[in-house]
Amino acid sequence: MSNATLEVKPSEQQTPTPEPGAPDNWRRFFSFSTDHKVIGIQYIVTAFIFFLFGGLLAMLMRGELITPEADLVDRTVYNGLFTMHGTIMLFMWTFPMLNGLANYLVPLMIGARDMAFPRLNAAAFWLVPVFGVILTASFFVPGGPSQSGWWAYPPVSLQNPTGNLINGQALWLLAVALSGVSSIMGAVNIVTTIIRMRAPGMGWFKMPAFCWTVFSAQMIQLIGLPALTAGAVMLLLDLTVGTSFFDPAKGGDPVLYQHFFWFYSHPAVYVIILPIFGVFSEVFPVYSRKPLFGYRVVTISSVLITILSLIVWVHHMFASGTPGWMRMLFMFTTMAISIPTGIKVFAWVATVWGGKLRLTSAMLFALGGLTTFLFAGITGIMLSSAPFDIHVNNTYFVVGHFHYVINGAVVMGFYAAIYHWFPKMTGRMYYEGLGKLHFALTFIGINLIFLPMHPLGLMGMPRRVASYDPEFAFWNVIASLGGFLLGVSTLPFILNMLSSWTQGDKAGDNPWRAIGLEWLVSSPPPHENFEEIPIVVSPPYGYGSDEPLVSNNPGGILEEEPEKTPIANLAGKANS
Amino acid sequence: MNTNDGTSQTPEPRTRNLGRVLNRRRILGLASLAAGNFAISVWMGQEAYKWLPPQASSEAVLVDKLFSFMTAVGTFIFIGVVGTLLYSMIFQRAAKYDNSDGPPIEGNVKLEVIWTAVPIMLIIWIGTVSYKTYDQMSILGSIAPKVMATVDTVPGEPREPVPGDISPSDNPAPIEVHSRQWSWEFRYIDQNVSSTELHLPVNQRARFKLTSDDVLHGFYVPAFRVKQDIIPGKEIDFAFTPIREGRYRLRDSEYSGTYFAANQTNVVVESQEEYQRWLSEIAQNPPQAAQNLAYEEYSQAEQGTISLGWATVKPAPAPVVNHTSSEEDSYE
Repeated sequence: MSNATLEVKPSEQQTPTPEPGAPDNWRRFFSFSTDHKVIGIQYIVTAFIFFLFGGLLAMLMRGELITPEADLVDRTVYNGLFTMHGTIMLFMWTFPMLNGLANYLVPLMIGARDMAFPRLNAAAFWLVPVFGVILTASFFVPGGPSQSGWWAYPPVSLQNPTGNLINGQALWLLAVALSGVSSIMGAVNIVTTIIRMRAPGMGWFKMPAFCWTVFSAQMIQLIGLPALTAGAVMLLLDLTVGTSFFDPAKGGDPVLYQHFFWFYSHPAVYVIILPIFGVFSEVFPVYSRKPLFGYRVVTISSVLITILSLIVWVHHMFASGTPGWMRMLFMFTTMAISIPTGIKVFAWVATVWGGKLRLTSAMLFALGGLTTFLFAGITGIMLSSAPFDIHVNNTYFVVGHFHYVINGAVVMGFYAAIYHWFPKMTGRMYYEGLGKLHFALTFIGINLIFLPMHPLGLMGMPRRVASYDPEFAFWNVIASLGGFLLGVSTLPFILNMLSSWTQGDKAGDNPWRAIGLEWLVSSPPPHENFEEIPIVVSPPYGYGSDEPLVSNNPGGILEEEPEKTPIANLAGKANS
Repeated sequence: MNTNDGTSQTPEPRTRNLGRVLNRRRILGLASLAAGNFAISVWMGQEAYKWLPPQASSEAVLVDKLFSFMTAVGTFIFIGVVGTLLYSMIFQRAAKYDNSDGPPIEGNVKLEVIWTAVPIMLIIWIGTVSYKTYDQMSILGSIAPKVMATVDTVPGEPREPVPGDISPSDNPAPIEVHSRQWSWEFRYIDQNVSSTELHLPVNQRARFKLTSDDVLHGFYVPAFRVKQDIIPGKEIDFAFTPIREGRYRLRDSEYSGTYFAANQTNVVVESQEEYQRWLSEIAQNPPQAAQNLAYEEYSQAEQGTISLGWATVKPAPAPVVNHTSSEEDSYE
């Protein structure tokens, strides 16, 4: 009878217009959002686009190096390519990508609703596209981009053959200095968040290992980055207004720059690898169904790595103007870093050992990353030995070594993290078959391109060469083929991510039956993450014991009969 | 019920005693695996010599021995860890529909102490071997640049003589090495001759003064396993001892700009007589401009490559020397 009066207009009856920041509004990824989850994904996607760009530059380089002569691109172009490849991969891909993972995961893992300084967080992110544009613009200024390598050692970096004030090198230095500012802002935020905003009950030794590694890495940023940023600014002043900090023609000292540069840039390696260690420590327990072996020792070794990483930088300068006592001193400190690192490696092996393994894409990438890291660690100890380093310093042996870390361990660790937390980030499952194809192509590609670099270096092929002697051709052809395969390997990943995000199966809150605060909330987590702040009562990684992690219901999710999760299917596939 | 990995179906104890896990059969099995790994590692250590260029200096003998040793140790660790992981990946996978957890082992103090102590001892071992190698090398020829050094040699125990460690009584003046963008020039001060090819007498300590006219360069001869950055504005003393006659490549090892890759030449190690003959022969030659790849490439723009017109420093003119070498000269 009077039904009509009770009716509401269909537009009002439907869900209200999505608020900016609501999980179902894709536009929020293009806004100045202060939600740490949005910023995290903004970081990761931006960084990944630059990763593809840097990879394209690398494939052009491998195209040049497939023959001994400098016959594909001009030598100046080759030098610009390797300079920009290194710079983009470090400052535009690795650091922003890791900041993205930390941004997304740390507040969820420690039971916080957001980062300590949400607006500072957004500002730090939005600097990334700014210096990304500056760096990319340097391709188009007269004279081309910087050609002095990502170290930008003076005097080469001060030569400025164009004579212009605005040149590739100046833009490069500006971008690196801005990147430093952005990273310091990020570091202040993350360190504060971890110290101040852990949920009640989460003491330091109840904090997930990933947060420990992020904390250790960001402490390095705070201590080391001011040195690099200062060095970059001084070099910029030398280049533009004619100061003489580093120019030997005017009485400056080029070796001083090397100290500024490596005082940060070696610890930076640990800024990069530590969070990936954290990813390994999270992924192995879940897919082995066992607690992280020696959790406390693993976390403490992260802090030890931080401390030691600050006193090893001269090992990059063994062939520089370095006296013998310095070489010996830094040889021993460098070797000492292998102790906490070794502890971690053994702990992961022991975590996996005797478990109930599920070889999902995340687990495969973590195992692959651990293997390549182990290889890089062994060549790393060789490099720390000064007499041997003098032979292979600045050769392809070094290039092979650090690509096993950066492309082997870090990129594979990144993929492991994305596959592991993809259901949490998007609420969807990815396609396991594509993930495994992606793993196979990546793992083969990495070994095919970077393993041949070791014999090349031992034979004496210097790095950064556009042409080389014919005896190096054999291994270079293999490396180039591996490089192209590695390029192809990103295609199944991109396909998987795009199609799964839009059409993948619904994931549920905890498809891996993982233990951790992030798995107690819905997928994707709501704005501000937790209905009520969790009260943590157990240490992390309680696999095999039935102790609850929290004493309340932080997700506000009703207890339901567990659905048949995709894990059963995955496990079935892995075993068949 | 999971019987996939062959473990018994009785519930696992919460902590496992290391002694009970390591019964006699397991110890035997592990020992034979370790022995197999050891054998492979020793073999790899021997293979390592083949990956390196000819041993043309007494330093090379020392460095190769060190590399072989580190390769063997590294192989042992790599096979041990990766072998364990592969075993887990193959034999310890969860069965289909098995949703149970693994044993809740949170750690094992004994094991953790072992795998902290063993790496500590390993790096003390590797570090000591490296230190001794370095010590021997700096006795042979000052590896550290003297101009920077505060101590000449690292103090150590008295060392046994090394092949090639001959100190000639007639102390010749060091050879001047002039590096620039992008050429090498070697000046023999006693004879007042210069060359773009480095000639050295075998089994005699070669001494150098390294200088750069413009940017950083690196003096690197892979067959000698020695390398030293050259810093503009500084004179760096450098020395090593060639022990094998032949022709070898000398490369620039510190990135020096556009034609960096082309900045290489040859080293000729020859007998004392041949060396002296060469010196007196080239003294007769009038100085002439040497072949120089960088300068040639710069003067005639390369054909067929993708050039975007990016800027380069103009190469220094080819050095004018008594003896010139050509790019085509062979080397080992």
